[in-house]
Amino acid sequence: MSGPLLSARGVTRRFGGRVACHDVSFDLWPGEVLGIVGESGSGKTTLLNCLAGRLVPDGGAVTYETQSAGSVDVHRLSEARRRLLARTEWGFVNQDAREGLRMGVSAGANIGERLMAVGARHYGEIRREAADWMARVEIDAARLDDRPGTYSGGMRQRLQIARNLVSKPRLVFMDEPTGGLDVSVQARILDLLRGLVGGLHLSAVLVTHDLGVARLLTHRLMVMQGGRVVEQGLTDQVLDDPQHAYTQMLVASILPV
Amino acid sequence: MTASQPALRVCGLAKSFTVHAQGGLSLPVLHDVALTVSPGECLALVGPSGAGKSTLLRSLYGNYRADAGSIRVRQDEGWIELVGAEPRTVLDVRHRTMGFVSQFLRVIPRVPAVDVVAEPLVRRGADAAEARQRAEFLLAMLGIPARLWALPPATFSGGEQQRVNIARSLIVDYPILLLDEPTASLDAANRDGVVELISQRRDAGAAIVGIFHDTAVRDAVATRVHEVVPPVTPSGAAP
Amino acid sequence: MPDTMPPADADQNGAYNYAYLDEQTKRMIRRAILKAVAVPGYQVPFGGREMPLPYGWGTGGIQVTAAIIGRDDTLKVIDQGADDTTNAVSIRRFFAKVAEVATTTHTAEATIIQTRHRVPETPLTDGQILVFQVPIPEPLRMLEPRETETRTLHALSEYGVMQVSLYESIARHGRIAKTYNYPVMVNGRYIMSPSPIPKFDNPKLDRSPALQLYGAGREKRIYAVPPHTQVKSLDFDDHPFEIETWSECCALCGSTESFLDEMIVDDAGKRLFVCSDTDYCESRR
Repeated sequence: MSGPLLSARGVTRRFGGRVACHDVSFDLWPGEVLGIVGESGSGKTTLLNCLAGRLVPDGGAVTYETQSAGSVDVHRLSEARRRLLARTEWGFVNQDAREGLRMGVSAGANIGERLMAVGARHYGEIRREAADWMARVEIDAARLDDRPGTYSGGMRQRLQIARNLVSKPRLVFMDEPTGGLDVSVQARILDLLRGLVGGLHLSAVLVTHDLGVARLLTHRLMVMQGGRVVEQGLTDQVLDDPQHAYTQMLVASILPV
Repeated sequence: MTASQPALRVCGLAKSFTVHAQGGLSLPVLHDVALTVSPGECLALVGPSGAGKSTLLRSLYGNYRADAGSIRVRQDEGWIELVGAEPRTVLDVRHRTMGFVSQFLRVIPRVPAVDVVAEPLVRRGADAAEARQRAEFLLAMLGIPARLWALPPATFSGGEQQRVNIARSLIVDYPILLLDEPTASLDAANRDGVVELISQRRDAGAAIVGIFHDTAVRDAVATRVHEVVPPVTPSGAAP
Repeated sequence: MPDTMPPADADQNGAYNYAYLDEQTKRMIRRAILKAVAVPGYQVPFGGREMPLPYGWGTGGIQVTAAIIGRDDTLKVIDQGADDTTNAVSIRRFFAKVAEVATTTHTAEATIIQTRHRVPETPLTDGQILVFQVPIPEPLRMLEPRETETRTLHALSEYGVMQVSLYESIARHGRIAKTYNYPVMVNGRYIMSPSPIPKFDNPKLDRSPALQLYGAGREKRIYAVPPHTQVKSLDFDDHPFEIETWSECCALCGSTESFLDEMIVDDAGKRLFVCSDTDYCESRR
């Protein structure tokens, strides 16, 4: 095994006097899916944004092992390189698909954008690839030329996933990818993500408040409370044998089905 | 493999649960557990209900976090310590060396039974078609009717789900198998199928640790028994 | 540009300085132009002045022209290819008065050609300057409304979104339906709006011997394409850039190679196609 893909060391971020995340450290290894769980306000989205280079931490560092250029400090990269990384080796799935999609252009253009951004210039091939990804996220290819505004919430989320995965990223950040969707729609997306993440050997950092989602998709969990990681470990161990009072409370709060 | 080289060695294993909701109440379950299992052996955990058999099994799998002691697993001609190991080390051991059959199937939405069973093999890089074939063979052997193979197991009966789970856990030839009441909700005919599969695996050299409530099953598969002693609670009474 | 600039007091129009703008402003604009020439296709902000005509009537082009014009220049002004429209005539007369320059309608005789919406059919030559009036200088504006973001996109050459718009056009219309203001890549670096010229004129921009200056008055931007610079119209490998063609020829001069305007000539709806470039058309008759 080579080294970790993503490493966080002492990542800290404040908003004014409030500490949003404090002294977070971990290593993410290739093929691993790390879940960050906690209630809203626990700092998990702030941490995700720091990891993905969208927010500059006040302290600490995030290191990423690039495909060809060795390891880089995400926050010391030039903006040009960070953005290039973000649209080639990384993906980011927003909770609200509208933020992750171009609502004014067709589904095909949404999926094709990353390909065109790195130089694809054959319309037919871009379109074929887009249609292929529509099928992989289970959207009827007949909807290829429709705008995302005409899609249901679940379809939009699947389209956003396709738009991110088309460039074959190695690392995907996901912020509540099933939040705000009906339970039946959620199941489909979870199942899809599970298959794609496993099949493409992706690494992922997934923020969720839903422990069921975490159990299904992640290998490891970090539990956050008040901006701090209070517990981390193997997902099933953290959920079945929680050690920290807060984790026990979270696990105990799940309604039995 | 020889009997002199065990597959699993446990010593000094301790596990207690701290319940923060009850003022940090500590419930000791395992204390100074030691056991060794070699390839070809099937060790049956015995002891009264509440003695901690299931806790021990789950601790071996890393599902419960041991407080102290050592759980070492033979892998790649070496020993891997699981107590205090990094998650990815535990995952790697689970992926390649140690399988677990629980009583309940954790249902994955929408995935057909045959793919649920085939998944561990596919994840290890096996050809998808071959993995499917092997999954169908196991499902048939465990008496799951072919018409159910393409359906997600969410709607199956408890016994059917359990057999899907067994098939999923046995599709990979894990050198170490942990079995938690694998026949709990099965009728006689299906139970025999499971016993047959476990015996085959044992004779093929797997090191097995199991909880078998059914004495007939235990007698059929176990080569040794290990007594799990009920813990002594702070108040001096068994919980 | 002339070798000697007239002194600031050589004011023959009463209150106005030579070429209308004060010398400080002209110097500032010239600096912007020099920067624009040095970085082909890059939009240089400048401190645009109020001009004696409304935005949309060529205030950007006029300021550029005023900054570069001298007494020995010969100015031609066209609007949609024609020398005789109100806008072209008034701008020409404006400079004849404030800059005391000779004016012409003949492309070949002009040293400076200020234009709205066309590039002359007659090939331009070394030493000529083409000044474009630009309404919206930002080619990415319709795709990305935030100015901070479009600047970043240019700075980082992140042009996937431009290609997305062309993809979208093919998906909707079966071809790239954009017929004017067709985006170009300048010198392999910056995507540029060629101003609302028909795409028919795009090939004339490529490696043109004339200097191209683009002035946007409302948005206060100047950009440029130096002589002999590569200007490539964006396209797809399987949907290559193509210019318009007509099955008709010009009803007046018979040209089959120029950009034609369609005219309805009577109440019965009789249609006629004539050259949009009036000077070109007249020279052939």
